[in-house]
Amino acid sequence: MGFDPRYLERNFTSVGTRPIRPDGLDKVTGRARYGADFNMAGQLVGAILRSPHAHAKIRNIDTSKAEKLAGVKAVITSADLPDLTDGNSEMYAILDNCMAREKALYDGHAVAAVAAVDARTARKALKLIEIDYEVLPHVTDVDEAMKPTAPVLHETVFTEGVEPKPGKPSNVAKRTQYGHGDIEAGFGQADFIVERSFKTEQTHQGYIEPHACVANANSDGTAELWVCTQGHFVYRQHCAELLGMEVSKLRVTSSEIGGGFGGKTHVWAEPVALALSRKAGRPVKLVMTRDEVFRASGPTSATSIDVKIGARKDGTITAASATLRYSCGPYYGMWAELGAMTAFACYNLENVETVGYEVLVNRPKVAAYRAPSAPMAAFAVESAVDELAKSIGMDPVDFRIKNAAREGTRSSYGPVYGPIGIGPTLEAARNHPHMQAPLGKNQGRGMACGFWFNFGGQTCTDLNVGTDGSVSLAVGTMDVGGSRASLSMVAAEELGIAYEHVKAVVADTSSLGYNDMTDGSRGTFSTSLATISAARNAIKVLRERAAQTWDIPVDDVAWEKGHAVAKGEKYGNLPALSLKEIAAGAGNTGGPIAGHSELVADGAGVSFATHICDIEVDPETGATRVLRYTVLQDAGKAVHPTYVEGQYQGGAAQGIGWALNEEYIYGKDGRLQNAGFLDYRIPVCSDLPMIDTQILEIPNPNHPYGVRGVGETSIVPPLAAIANAVSNAAGVRMTHIPMSPPRILATIKAEQAG
Amino acid sequence: MVEVTLWGSLAAAAGAKDKLEIEAKDIRELFRKLAEQYPGLEPFIDRGIAVAIDGVIYRDTWSKELPQGAEIFLLPRLAGG
Amino acid sequence: MAGVAVSTTINGDDVEFLCQPDETLLDVLRDRLGLTGAKEGCGTGDCGACSIILDDRLVCSCLVLGAEAQGRRVETIEGMAQGDKLHPLQQKFLEHAALQCGICTPGFLIAAKDLLAKNPDPTEEEIRFGLAGNLCRCTGYDKIVRAVQDAASVMKGA
Repeated sequence: MGFDPRYLERNFTSVGTRPIRPDGLDKVTGRARYGADFNMAGQLVGAILRSPHAHAKIRNIDTSKAEKLAGVKAVITSADLPDLTDGNSEMYAILDNCMAREKALYDGHAVAAVAAVDARTARKALKLIEIDYEVLPHVTDVDEAMKPTAPVLHETVFTEGVEPKPGKPSNVAKRTQYGHGDIEAGFGQADFIVERSFKTEQTHQGYIEPHACVANANSDGTAELWVCTQGHFVYRQHCAELLGMEVSKLRVTSSEIGGGFGGKTHVWAEPVALALSRKAGRPVKLVMTRDEVFRASGPTSATSIDVKIGARKDGTITAASATLRYSCGPYYGMWAELGAMTAFACYNLENVETVGYEVLVNRPKVAAYRAPSAPMAAFAVESAVDELAKSIGMDPVDFRIKNAAREGTRSSYGPVYGPIGIGPTLEAARNHPHMQAPLGKNQGRGMACGFWFNFGGQTCTDLNVGTDGSVSLAVGTMDVGGSRASLSMVAAEELGIAYEHVKAVVADTSSLGYNDMTDGSRGTFSTSLATISAARNAIKVLRERAAQTWDIPVDDVAWEKGHAVAKGEKYGNLPALSLKEIAAGAGNTGGPIAGHSELVADGAGVSFATHICDIEVDPETGATRVLRYTVLQDAGKAVHPTYVEGQYQGGAAQGIGWALNEEYIYGKDGRLQNAGFLDYRIPVCSDLPMIDTQILEIPNPNHPYGVRGVGETSIVPPLAAIANAVSNAAGVRMTHIPMSPPRILATIKAEQAG
Repeated sequence: MVEVTLWGSLAAAAGAKDKLEIEAKDIRELFRKLAEQYPGLEPFIDRGIAVAIDGVIYRDTWSKELPQGAEIFLLPRLAGG
Repeated sequence: MAGVAVSTTINGDDVEFLCQPDETLLDVLRDRLGLTGAKEGCGTGDCGACSIILDDRLVCSCLVLGAEAQGRRVETIEGMAQGDKLHPLQQKFLEHAALQCGICTPGFLIAAKDLLAKNPDPTEEEIRFGLAGNLCRCTGYDKIVRAVQDAASVMKGA
């Protein structure tokens, strides 16, 4: 493709400014259309019946009464979604999660679905479906599930990654290990060692928009799907595979998305809607309730983590190890593995070892949640790091700076780092006025670091120049928080025109080549690469058209500030041709002017952040209040700084909720007890202070503008930063997240009781 | 000839070798030869492997060349939110 | 079940509709009248995404029955701008980037409008408590509070 993604220092015109986003007007007037805002003529209402049991064998499903109810147009079970996955275990897990086969594996697992003329009839029909369950013993706690006596979810799962291969099935799906050096020798050199165990409870991404779609499957094998998703091309792939359709015959249009944070990265109910539509011969709208979102769409893992870190008196860490157990829900995942990879990624360690265990439990299938698995590992590690600094008598920031990874450090997950930003964020934290601000009674300050990989992926972009010189940009990565603005800015920058003349849209799956989804902090990174590449291809065409107009060789035409310029003495009196002028003449110089790009955006560049926060703890009640919060993070290059700040603030707020309030609470019966926003409390406006941000710009060498992903890293440090602040305020070490008032109070009382 | 370092679990599947010498010019050839020479790695390759070349992670660019003397590290293909 | 005939005023226009006795006003607005600006985030009055103003009172339309709109005035996000002129709150939300995904935005704008109608010069704390019935998962509320502060000062000057 000949596109060179390497970073080149330059002065920017559009990039780095703060224009109003192109989709903003529709969103402040209520016109923007989200998943549930779309309707088709003759559409039915779909509804899903869910298991009330945490673990049960499905002996029989009798749908006959439901089918006879007036207004019911289709009833489906797993028989209508046969297994076409051909041994692909990841897709089989998605299929089984969409509609249970032999067993219901968690409270909320889909077992049947109906399509009816209205919601009332659909709900009535669900009640008429009779299911004969054989209730089985269940396990929902990650540590309990690992015990040899625990009920086993799948007789076919034998722990991978251990030698010799186990002879008995278990809930431990996999063991993984990372690290280098000799930890025993390293701990032998340590003057101080901190060893602790930590737990974190399961949390949900908590997007405000429930999953929603409208499916229209036709008898000729074609279908349309309108859906809120982080990746409509990925949803197309999943649905086509699960329903046995040709990929290109399924057209998926992404609605505006009301939040995803990883939870809308694979299908949950969309194949069910398509199967209902196929059976009923009519469009079907399927919208989850909030209860269903909590019970049956992917939360993050609950974890149990042991950490051990040793250091010399001078503050050098000599060895670090961690054992990480992550719940996956009922299906295999790589969640503990991601924790094992990221746990010590901030540090320069000679001896490090992490071991991860993927644990199956009777809870909903875990999905990615913003820098998946990293926040819990960082909570455990950064808590221990703080405690270690304290026992050595070093300032926690200085201790981290002394041990921070830098260019040339071998990362704890393997490769050696290029230029990275952990040191600079720590230096910025040390120099930040927040660090010097006075604290009052019962107040404490904490800080912590965080790491996330970031990645790129397959990306395809079309840039079309209109006859009036305005530019339309069609991208295939969902805009989850302002990327249409940043990508328009990038196109404007590259073409040398004003931002206002570029209009970016998210194209449907029939209008553009395949794109990976918006995850891994890749949206702006990957699609800006493809946009720069597409713009450069368009510039090549624009130069050719100018050369043709002037009748000179194209090699003598340069592109400067939105104009074609003839280079060389002999062309001295040729006035530059603007993009607008070239576009106006396009019809007579070869037709439409466009630039396309298909590429794999690799080289995203890892990301680091340091957070500082002040907390007040009421020693009488254990209640906490966040007084001040500061985020310092490397963005590579902030394309639209306001939306970069927004990512930093939003990640911090989610982390604050995770640290202090949010948790899935299961009863002894294995049922979720708090499947609603009243009892699963996410932070509200009055819970939080302003969240200060500082954007550092250490250019990513693998992007022409130096851009790195910014979306995820901001959720990694808060759990630990807040735990450290609470510990400093209350004088007790908190090892269990969330640090709800009862937990804090119990810890204070236990400490007082000695 | 390039030297490839494997992460813990992958090393176990390759017969407890954490470093392998492979004659490969790009990632595609590397995966092909790994699968040929170490059949135990095939399930891992199917599930997805990323290649870090001098610290930069490549998940998908199989045409990426493996420069002589570069540090080449295999990692599982990552998930993100 | 027999439908209930309801006459009401929505954004200044007289509107008549038929609805089921147990149907929420939110469902009526969205499914019968095509006013999809109010969103259903929870259906239990906890998220505020369906906020509307009913006779000068801020309510979650998911907790109001359609039949209760009889003879009353309903204001929704669709009526907030005057023709092509945005309300200062709408303008400031855009300028401050007080939205990311935007699903909570209509509810926040309605709640903020109600807040400023009752308290034109709120402190930061009053804004934070005034908007505590609306959930936003993207922004951390920082830019929302700033946008409301800025809009309040513009509206005072006007």
